[in-house]
Amino acid sequence: MLVNQFLILGAVLFCIGVYGVLARRNGVLVLMSIELILNAVNINLIALGALQGPEAAVTGQVFSLFVITIAAAEVGVGLAIVLLIYRNRTTVDLDEVDLMKG
Amino acid sequence: MLENIWVVPGLTFASFWLILFFGKRLPKGGAEIGIAAVGLAFVLSSVAVVEWNDRPATEEVEAVSTGEHGEAEAHGSEPDAHEEAEDEHSFGEVRALAVDLAAAEAGEGEAGEHEAEPIRSAVERNLTWFSFGGVDITVGTAVDGLTVILLFTVTLISLLVHVFSTNYMHGDVRFTYFFAALSLFTTGMLLLVVSSSLLQALFGWELMGLCSFMLIGHWWEKKPNSDAAMKAFLTTRTGDIGLLVGLVIMFFAAGQTFDIAAVNEAALTGAMGETVLLVGASALFVGVIGKSAQFPLHTWLPDAMAGPTPVSALIHAATMVVAGVYLVARLYGVFWSAFDIEAGGVNPIAVIGGITVLIAAALAFVQTDIKKVLAYSTVSQLGYMVMALGVGAWTAAIFHLFTHAFFKGLLFLGAGSVSHAVHSFEMRDDMGGLRKFMPTTFVTFMIGSLALAGVFPLAGFWSKDEILLGAAENGYRLFEVVGLIGAFMTAAYMTRCVYLTFFGSYRGHGHPHESPPPITVPLIILAVFSVGAGLLNAPGFEKFFELTENRVFLLAGIEHHSFEIVPAVVSSVVVLAALALGGLLFFAGRLPRGVTARSRAARAGYRLLANKYYLDHLYTGVVVGSIKGPIARAAYWANQKVIDGVVNGVGVASTRAGLWVYRHIDQRVVDGAVNGAGFGAEGFGGILRTIQTGRVQQYGALLFGATAVLALGLVIFV
Repeated sequence: MLVNQFLILGAVLFCIGVYGVLARRNGVLVLMSIELILNAVNINLIALGALQGPEAAVTGQVFSLFVITIAAAEVGVGLAIVLLIYRNRTTVDLDEVDLMKG
Repeated sequence: MLENIWVVPGLTFASFWLILFFGKRLPKGGAEIGIAAVGLAFVLSSVAVVEWNDRPATEEVEAVSTGEHGEAEAHGSEPDAHEEAEDEHSFGEVRALAVDLAAAEAGEGEAGEHEAEPIRSAVERNLTWFSFGGVDITVGTAVDGLTVILLFTVTLISLLVHVFSTNYMHGDVRFTYFFAALSLFTTGMLLLVVSSSLLQALFGWELMGLCSFMLIGHWWEKKPNSDAAMKAFLTTRTGDIGLLVGLVIMFFAAGQTFDIAAVNEAALTGAMGETVLLVGASALFVGVIGKSAQFPLHTWLPDAMAGPTPVSALIHAATMVVAGVYLVARLYGVFWSAFDIEAGGVNPIAVIGGITVLIAAALAFVQTDIKKVLAYSTVSQLGYMVMALGVGAWTAAIFHLFTHAFFKGLLFLGAGSVSHAVHSFEMRDDMGGLRKFMPTTFVTFMIGSLALAGVFPLAGFWSKDEILLGAAENGYRLFEVVGLIGAFMTAAYMTRCVYLTFFGSYRGHGHPHESPPPITVPLIILAVFSVGAGLLNAPGFEKFFELTENRVFLLAGIEHHSFEIVPAVVSSVVVLAALALGGLLFFAGRLPRGVTARSRAARAGYRLLANKYYLDHLYTGVVVGSIKGPIARAAYWANQKVIDGVVNGVGVASTRAGLWVYRHIDQRVVDGAVNGAGFGAEGFGGILRTIQTGRVQQYGALLFGATAVLALGLVIFV
């Protein structure tokens, strides 16, 4: 089985996600980009698992299920943070959230 | 019991703490604890006496100082001993060879060779307290005849004093405190008596010094009382310097050990150098002079009368002052070899004792305070004991200590009973004719006086007689005469004391009455002992001698002299003559009035006695005065010029040095380093600060960038 296409898809998704995290100024979009990165990883896990045979395929899928669950929790927390930032500063622009500036 | 003898001082020590902590809350103010503890200690001591009496005699000691004569005999008897031993074995009797040998020798050597008889070995129990420099310092108990006798005496007297005090001290402000101190005092003496090492004995010795200070100054609100306490403490302390020096010398001379048995052994077998031994023994004897109130440090004891009467009884009868006598008896090997007591003639111990006997007895004549008469009497009797030790009459000294404890305790408690009735100690002003008012006190006091005077068959007769006999037999004729004169004076001043107190007409105020049972019962018990104690060593019985035999005693080959009729008759005649003279002077009213007014010599003599030989003047005037005067001034000068100079010099020098250090080292080196570290950190932080933008995305970029670089490195290099 050819896995290149999956890996390429994963790599592309990952790069889009990293770009979104680093370049987007909207906090909500940054969170969405993180989701993209996680899904890229999921694709890699499933593809490489399937390459190794049936048992490893199951392992990869279970792994990605875990990642999805954790990602859901992470989004919940992240959105709550963004919501609070918005309430306090009436903006979700990350460039303006620099309270930790040294 | 003999192994666990530490329980006895332990009990009274526990009682001290219990009274201190809980005494005030108890209905009797702590007295019940003290009485219970001392009572139990007395019972245990009695058990110890019985056990010692039942202990088989197994240890055989060969005399070392009897010389070739004894050795030759021992060799001569050897073959016989073996024969007898074999015979007995063939009968199937298994016994220790030592016992056989001893029995054989005792049976064969009828020629008065008693030093080869087996004796009871001392029961020792030691623990290592601490060690330094490879030397183990041990503490422990050593029990022998001397110990059990003293345990018995001390606990009995202490018990009776406790009982007496419950009534005598009733209502006192520091009643509880008084009983606590009594317990501690008793503990000190018991600790001294049971200890097997000199260092431990010193603890008991000093404990007594402390307690005597506390008790003599019990009513310290009055200046004379606290002065007397201070005097007692400082005077005995003067002697204690000698004791400390002596202890250290003994420690090194005996091969780095404080063990009393080892010290004695070393002294007797010649392991110590003669000079060392002499210096050490002299130093120790200075301690004894201070503690046992010997001339010339006896002045504290009469002043110690400032304390409550039960304390006087305890100090004089059983503890404190007899500690010195006990120490000499305990370390007898040391004194025996150091002063060559065997040789006869004169030696320091006998001389000091003899002087004390006479001067103290003379002083007793001019006292008007009943307790002071008794105090000087004690000094005199202690002189007797020390003299007895000095002339080699070891058993006699201990025996006198034993009997004296009873009748002197009796006399003091009797004096307490009298003062309880008339609220005074002045015989001339406030007493007289008390015979009718206080029959029990009178009878017991009479018994005590007669025992002290040495009238047959009371206790004092036997012990005094043994001392005189010992002095005569050991070649100390001079001291026999001193002893006889002392006996004469004792009988005479006691006649005066009894006459002034109990006869004639009552001169005091109010109506004296007999004391209640807590006071009279101890008097009766002590009176019984004053009558009977002497019989322990009566001719043909000689239990006391048998009980107190110990190793040192036999090692040195000290002879014990049995009763002899001639000296006994002589001393009795002397005593009776004194009593008759006293009776003539006082009772028949033939006292020559106005002698001191008519005769200049008599007046001078009286003044000398009334001023106590000017010894107190000597001490306060010359000794203390010279210290206060020139020495103090010299010390002041040295203080101002030398010490202050040195101190100031040191001060200035250190100021300068400090300033230099401050300027150069502190300011430059240390501050430079500290500031440098600070500036370095600040500058570095300033550089790093620029990275900390607070922007999440920049951090993320750095994170991803770094990861990418690492990943690239991984791909390229691995």
